[in-house]
Amino acid sequence: MPPILAIANLSKTYASGLSALRAVNLEIAKGEIFALLGPNGAGKSTLINIVCGIVTPSTGTVTVDGHDILNHYRGARKTIGLVPQELTTDAFETVWNTVSFSRGLFGLSKNPAHIERVLRDLSLWEKRDNRLMTLSGGMKRRVLIAKALSHEPRVLFLDEPTAGVDVELRQDMWRMVRRLREQGVTVILTTHYIEEAEEMADRIGVIRKGEIILVEEKAELMRKLGRKQLTIQLNEPISEVPPALGQYGLDLAAGGSELVYTYDTKAERTGITRLLTDLAGAGLTFSDLRTSQSSLEDIFVDLVRERA
Amino acid sequence: MNWPAIRAIYGFEMSRFWRTAMQSILAPVISTSLYFVVFGAAIGSRVSAVDGVPYGLFIVPGLIMLSLLTQSIANASFGIYFPRFSGTIYEILSAPISPVEVVLGYVGAAASKSIVIGLIILATAALFVPLRIEHPVWMLGFLLLTAVTFSLFGFVIGLWADGFEKLQLVPLLIVTPLTFLGGSFYAIEMLPPFWRAVSLLNPVVYLISGFRWAFFGTADVGIGVSLAMTGLFLAVCLGLVTYIFRTGYRLKS
Repeated sequence: MPPILAIANLSKTYASGLSALRAVNLEIAKGEIFALLGPNGAGKSTLINIVCGIVTPSTGTVTVDGHDILNHYRGARKTIGLVPQELTTDAFETVWNTVSFSRGLFGLSKNPAHIERVLRDLSLWEKRDNRLMTLSGGMKRRVLIAKALSHEPRVLFLDEPTAGVDVELRQDMWRMVRRLREQGVTVILTTHYIEEAEEMADRIGVIRKGEIILVEEKAELMRKLGRKQLTIQLNEPISEVPPALGQYGLDLAAGGSELVYTYDTKAERTGITRLLTDLAGAGLTFSDLRTSQSSLEDIFVDLVRERA
Repeated sequence: MNWPAIRAIYGFEMSRFWRTAMQSILAPVISTSLYFVVFGAAIGSRVSAVDGVPYGLFIVPGLIMLSLLTQSIANASFGIYFPRFSGTIYEILSAPISPVEVVLGYVGAAASKSIVIGLIILATAALFVPLRIEHPVWMLGFLLLTAVTFSLFGFVIGLWADGFEKLQLVPLLIVTPLTFLGGSFYAIEMLPPFWRAVSLLNPVVYLISGFRWAFFGTADVGIGVSLAMTGLFLAVCLGLVTYIFRTGYRLKS
């Protein structure tokens, strides 16, 4: 199946000289929930804004459902719903009007039943006649989501959807994303909350200084999360792992004075007892042991720091 | 053509107009009434007829033009500037709409508003002076052409402005003086020859002159020249808007 979103060699340099994206390649499958993680200023919003038509790319191509975002922008944009990061709403419009406006803007005829469903799903139905300026920040965020869903998009972009949002809305949002997934909608969200990516995403990408430095299935990342490392500090450095210990997949570290054993805490047997016995059998003595577990957060921080 | 989008933008802009009906309709009615009281009744009674047209009646086309220009520019510039200012422009930029559709929505609404206001002023004027319109179709034509042209001009200002100050600057420093000096309250031939020549550089002269011709059948310059000059200005504004959308100037980074 062709990807619903294909980004090839995409770069963006702003007029100020700031290079926000550098040769980004990314493919998102239909129906997938993809989380783009990265620190502030990493290029997350630039990436989204280019795909949505708000920022012009410097080089590279983007296709959405087979439509090039520049040459076939109508087809591409019809497919997309965007919930921007900033709470930008018209102060004087009512909830109902602003959501209906969005539907019209995307070229669809009126469909009050659909708008009602969207508003009810987002707990906005009671507020439909309220002016936007009377709503709280969380409610405005819901309105922005309703606007994005008003034209039944096949791809939904959520740019930092839960920044500064209360717990209730966050959970509502997660429920909504799951519901959308059931309907086959592809969801791409940016966040700097790891927890959010863990909760919702199928696949996780990490962006740093305009470069995507990691794209991985969440399950794979979580598997790495479930792993621990046992570091064995040897009395005498060795130049290579003795063949007798070959089955453990050990790594040498710290110039040969440390052996690193990676094991799965969730496995039936960790193999630690056997390893320690075999170490003695191979004539190795050790002065210390320590274990460590890397979290997604650690992986993320490491990745981001490495490339800094 | 994405007609639902044009309708959505047009409807959105018009609803803003009706929501602020007090200031958008009442204000021009009151200020026109004041002009009539001051220029029409108080001063006008001492001014002799111009080209056989009583002064109170003579200023009607100029007054309508004055409002038409300022309202067109104000409505259109605010209409597109505000979403840029508040950030809601993101939705317009990310929607499947072409520049032509955006312009049709915004400029169409701004022109509609100022035409409504122009007609209201005309109706208000009828309360003060017995109206005489010799070429009603031409009158409506000029009304439409001017409203569209200056709404486009306002749209350009709204795209260019990067602050509320600039939004006010052009109307205040350029348009209002040009309108007042463009013969709203006098015929160009009443001026000394030098200033008459200078006035011919003022594009507004041609608008008011053409509009006045539609009312009274007499004008400062020929109707053909008036039409040509208005058309020229329309073309310039269209060119500017096209340029802006093609380059993304002030819209996209």
